[in-house]
Amino acid sequence: MSDKIMAYRRDNGRVGVRNHVLILPVDDISNAACEAVANNVKGTMAIPHAYGRLQFGEDLDIHFRTIIGTGANANVAAVVVIGIEPDWTQKIVDGIAATGKPVYGVSIEQKGDFETIRQASWKAKEFVHYATEIQREECDMSELWISTKCGESDTTTGLGSCPTVGNMYDKLIPKGVTGFFGETSEITGAEHICKARAADEETGERWYKMWEAYQNDVIFAHQTDDLSDSQPTKGNILGGLTTIEEKALGNLEKIGRECKYIDILEPAEAPAKGNGLYFMDSSSAAAECVTLMAAGGAVIHTFPTGQGNVVGNPIVPVIKITANPRTVRTMGEHVDVDVSGILTREKTIDEAGDDLIEMIRRTANGRNTAAEALGHREFSMTKLYRSA
Amino acid sequence: MSNIPQLLVHDHEDNVGVVVVEDLKAGTEMLCVVTHDNSTFKLKAEQDVEIGHKIALKDIAEGDTAIKYGEDIGKFVGAVKKGHHVHTQNLKTKRW
Repeated sequence: MSDKIMAYRRDNGRVGVRNHVLILPVDDISNAACEAVANNVKGTMAIPHAYGRLQFGEDLDIHFRTIIGTGANANVAAVVVIGIEPDWTQKIVDGIAATGKPVYGVSIEQKGDFETIRQASWKAKEFVHYATEIQREECDMSELWISTKCGESDTTTGLGSCPTVGNMYDKLIPKGVTGFFGETSEITGAEHICKARAADEETGERWYKMWEAYQNDVIFAHQTDDLSDSQPTKGNILGGLTTIEEKALGNLEKIGRECKYIDILEPAEAPAKGNGLYFMDSSSAAAECVTLMAAGGAVIHTFPTGQGNVVGNPIVPVIKITANPRTVRTMGEHVDVDVSGILTREKTIDEAGDDLIEMIRRTANGRNTAAEALGHREFSMTKLYRSA
Repeated sequence: MSNIPQLLVHDHEDNVGVVVVEDLKAGTEMLCVVTHDNSTFKLKAEQDVEIGHKIALKDIAEGDTAIKYGEDIGKFVGAVKKGHHVHTQNLKTKRW
């Protein structure tokens, strides 16, 4: 198997596998202008979302990190930013411009949608010409930033698809790949194992404090029952998962047997301690988690599923892996890597890991994933509390 | 006779296993594989159990701890006979 891929090397050195021109709203009320620009100029994509007004504190920090990180992602060639007012628009433009890629901001106040759309459309068209002349070049697979998060889990994810991702990380992280895992609420029941998988004791202690704070500040502060309607989800329960402990132990199979995480990231924070595995404090809801990891810089997402989650992302190809033969049969259009042979004992975890690495290589080279082909572009901002 | 297993068990300490075939019927003599070392054993399914759902590997008393992956996954809130279905009706989280 070749370690080389044909990908996009950006000005900041990062390697991307897609070449999007984004029309990015700062806030919810700029969605309409962004969608109009994307309609005017083919080859661009608007990413509408629900927030961005009157947020404050940590909630606002996550908002900015998510929007800037999305624009800064190496899968993105150039960005037009549209916001209602100039200050926050410029803040996002500046954040994305630090990568060296072309970015242009326009604000709607005192212009209106028509004039905003006119200015933004001219720039978007220029960016499409720019982006479509960028050539893929030879890069090493080890330069990829690869995230993981599973969804609609069942007992087959812990037996098959999650260990497949773990095997991939065990093979690629030593070669220099940067990895992300997270889903803070879904480690509950396996926290003793997760803590022990830190690269050193200090990192493990920091991880445990973060996890404990989540338990106290979010779960225990807001719960109205035993969470048996939410975590595990109804879909998990239909699939045979009974308790959060059982779900967490299956979930943690995604980090394999060998690799250890070197740091803990805030939601949407980019890794800054070099190559290796990172834990991102994140929701276990599929679209929210993939959105945060993409904003952190992941360019490919590996997504194990049992009962059949259909999630995608606007800028990051999401590779679906399942070991459940019923899901392969009933939802085959969503499956990129079928590892059901693990359950029949016709395929080893090691072979399944190689299958996934091969699919990562093909996806990096340009193969569209099932989620891309089906138009799944879920982009969900994490919101911590009510806006002002 | 097929050598495709009907039940997978993660570890030898586990007291539950996972049905990995569709349409498992009561009375089936299941081929069970412990994935940790690929060792095998036989167990009779006493109920129809759906793919992905768990079966008790031995008689279990109310209050016992469920073990899977060699780890604690919750407490039994009802007794379960060997070969019977284990799920929300008899197993609950110890958290939350």
